[in-house]
Amino acid sequence: MHSIFGQLPRFLSYYNLEFILQAALTTLLLSISGCVFGFIFGFGIAVLRETTGPLWLPLRAAAVLFVEIFRRIPFLVTLFLVFYACQALNLDISVFAVAVASTCIIGAAFLSEVVRTGFDAIPSQEREAAAAMNFTLAQTLFLIVIPQAWRVILPPTFAFFLSFIKDSALASQLGVVELTYSAKVMNNKGFSPVLGFGAALILYFAISYPLARFGLYLEQRLGFSRYRKP
Amino acid sequence: MNYTLQFGQVIDRLPYLAGGAWLSLLLATLAFFGGMIIGVFGAMAKLFGGRILAGIANIYVVFFTNTPALVQVYFLYFALPSFGIILPPFEAVLIGLTLNSGAYLTEIQRAGFLSIHRNEVEAAETIGLSQMQSVWYVIVPHIVRTLYPSLSNQYILITLGTSMAAIFGVEELTGRALSLNAETFRSIEIFVITAGLYIAITLVANVLLVFLGRYYFRARMRLF
Amino acid sequence: MDFLGIENLKARYGEHVVLNDISMTVEKGEIVSLIGPSGSGKSSLLRALVGLLPVESGEVRLNGEIINYRDKQAVKRLRDRLAIVFQQYNLFQNMDVLRNVMLAPMKVKGWPREECEREATALLEKVGLGAKLHVYPDQLSGGQQQRVALARALALRPEILLLDEVTSALDPELVNEVLDSIRLLASEGMTMIIVSHEMAFVREVSSRVSMMAAGSIVEIGTPDEIFQNPKHERARDFVGKILHR
Ligand SMILES: Nc1ncnc2c1ncn2[C@@H]1O[C@H](COP(=O)(O)OP(=O)(O)OP(=O)(O)O)[C@@H](O)[C@H]1O
Ligand SMILES: [Mg+2]
Repeated sequence: MHSIFGQLPRFLSYYNLEFILQAALTTLLLSISGCVFGFIFGFGIAVLRETTGPLWLPLRAAAVLFVEIFRRIPFLVTLFLVFYACQALNLDISVFAVAVASTCIIGAAFLSEVVRTGFDAIPSQEREAAAAMNFTLAQTLFLIVIPQAWRVILPPTFAFFLSFIKDSALASQLGVVELTYSAKVMNNKGFSPVLGFGAALILYFAISYPLARFGLYLEQRLGFSRYRKP
Repeated sequence: MNYTLQFGQVIDRLPYLAGGAWLSLLLATLAFFGGMIIGVFGAMAKLFGGRILAGIANIYVVFFTNTPALVQVYFLYFALPSFGIILPPFEAVLIGLTLNSGAYLTEIQRAGFLSIHRNEVEAAETIGLSQMQSVWYVIVPHIVRTLYPSLSNQYILITLGTSMAAIFGVEELTGRALSLNAETFRSIEIFVITAGLYIAITLVANVLLVFLGRYYFRARMRLF
Repeated sequence: MDFLGIENLKARYGEHVVLNDISMTVEKGEIVSLIGPSGSGKSSLLRALVGLLPVESGEVRLNGEIINYRDKQAVKRLRDRLAIVFQQYNLFQNMDVLRNVMLAPMKVKGWPREECEREATALLEKVGLGAKLHVYPDQLSGGQQQRVALARALALRPEILLLDEVTSALDPELVNEVLDSIRLLASEGMTMIIVSHEMAFVREVSSRVSMMAAGSIVEIGTPDEIFQNPKHERARDFVGKILHR
């Protein structure tokens, strides 16, 4: 106990702090980019699943398969899969890029379901009315469904973004220098694990908690919709 | 591209991997039910505990849901010895996962309690049920039915979450995949098969849970 | 030749046959009413006609062209000429009344914006909502929403209008607002198929009445034939009930 406090001044050196904060930034960057790209792909998947007719069937089936597969694989295993696949293909990309790609994959799988649920939340009668008036799928989605569904889609998307921040800790296993990795480095440097992992826990909390509060606020704000359902 | 896939060596070790999958499920099940018990107390504390108990439960939930499970277990595994508590890897992971899922399950169960409407309780009492009876015949089934889908979803998420036990050397599915990888270097094949096993166990669990939910708890769930 | 011809139309939800061997014709300018007990398949017939309910067998002809519902382009052409007003209001909740009415003409038909806006405004005035152009659907009464839906259908300049119980969700006081709008259309010679429970109204505006039960057409004829002298047991039964309510 005594040694922990004894180490504290040395632990809080400028160099260490810079390193840890840099790592925290990497954590944030990793989750944001994974979530943004994941959402874009997930959105595409959700739209694909709305298509009808035999022409789109192969793509529709591929979309379902993709979602059902990657929602059922642990993030750690996805990370290894992407990592070794890149290695086998002789792709020379950084571990950070591997981690972003992996987040993007699970993001696409989970967020496509969020988007789909959002689409489903719009009364089917409105979509039938649109179909009967010859709107195309794209017109129906962009003019009628999405302007209403985004309120349903946004809060859970934000919740997934928060979960990606926490999942990104697993990327330390590949050697991505993010927050968890920085804690391990501090540990290896001989600092007490209480300090190293304690600092990581505090910083994760400092990132995640305000965002979680914001997410709650978002949910409440969007919950009071001007568009009451009949 | 000069990598040729060879599954033979990995297929031969399928029983070994399947044994790991069994441990994954065991870990998940223990963490889930441990978390459920914590969740009942947590939800009760948050709802009826008064300021102090509710405050403690709240701090617990907020802390565990806003930090990664991996770092929580790191802390238990590496930092607790500084305080004289030494946990073996499996126990550290199990305790970490249980505390973590307990926090999420507290929130889920709290939402379940909140979904009970006053008039449902009153209706139960007006048809002559005693308070105990109305709790047992009306409230508990109601909570189970409304919570069942999110609980089974949480169970699947916990199953996926157990894979981080590998990092601490626990020989569950991912752990065995890593051992096999060090032994054979057929990395892609190993992780494809491992992924397949995770898909298989979560799919089986999912199907069982949905059928159980539909027929036993009359929960509204879809499989896909 | 009939304007709209339906022959041996059959459709089902899973095992349940909702339309069984439906045959009827509609001439240009005619108003045919569908009546019958709840669940008899009136809505289903309208939904099948616009291609929202898959047709299992049978034939629909519009102006001599046989409509193949499996051909997306044919359904598109068909929907170009038919418009449906649903039992529920089905307005787009995310846009104001004017935009609800002018959206399809603008985006689907590709007509010029100013023209669409002018016509939408005129139509809304015609159904008595000239003062509500920039109000959102959830701020309107049921009858007002129903009339917006009517204007929205008319803005597509359909050749045939299908109306599904447009008054059933309304207060008695609001019913007349909507019926007046339909009377006006009738006087202008619009071809319509109307599902309605307002028997007095049906008698007044229909050229022919078609009585449905359990997915089939039991009897079809002029309002006088159906209401005063129904030939079939089932029709007599139904008419007896509604007239002595
Ligand atoms: N989506 C659906 N799935 C399964 N069955 C349906 C569905 N919609 C309608 N049905 C069934 O089809 C039959 C005909 O329904 P329909 O809506 O056409 O009746 P209706 O004559 O319009 O009745 P109402 O006067 O009550 O509007 C009913 O037996 C109904 O149960
Ligand atoms: Mg109907």
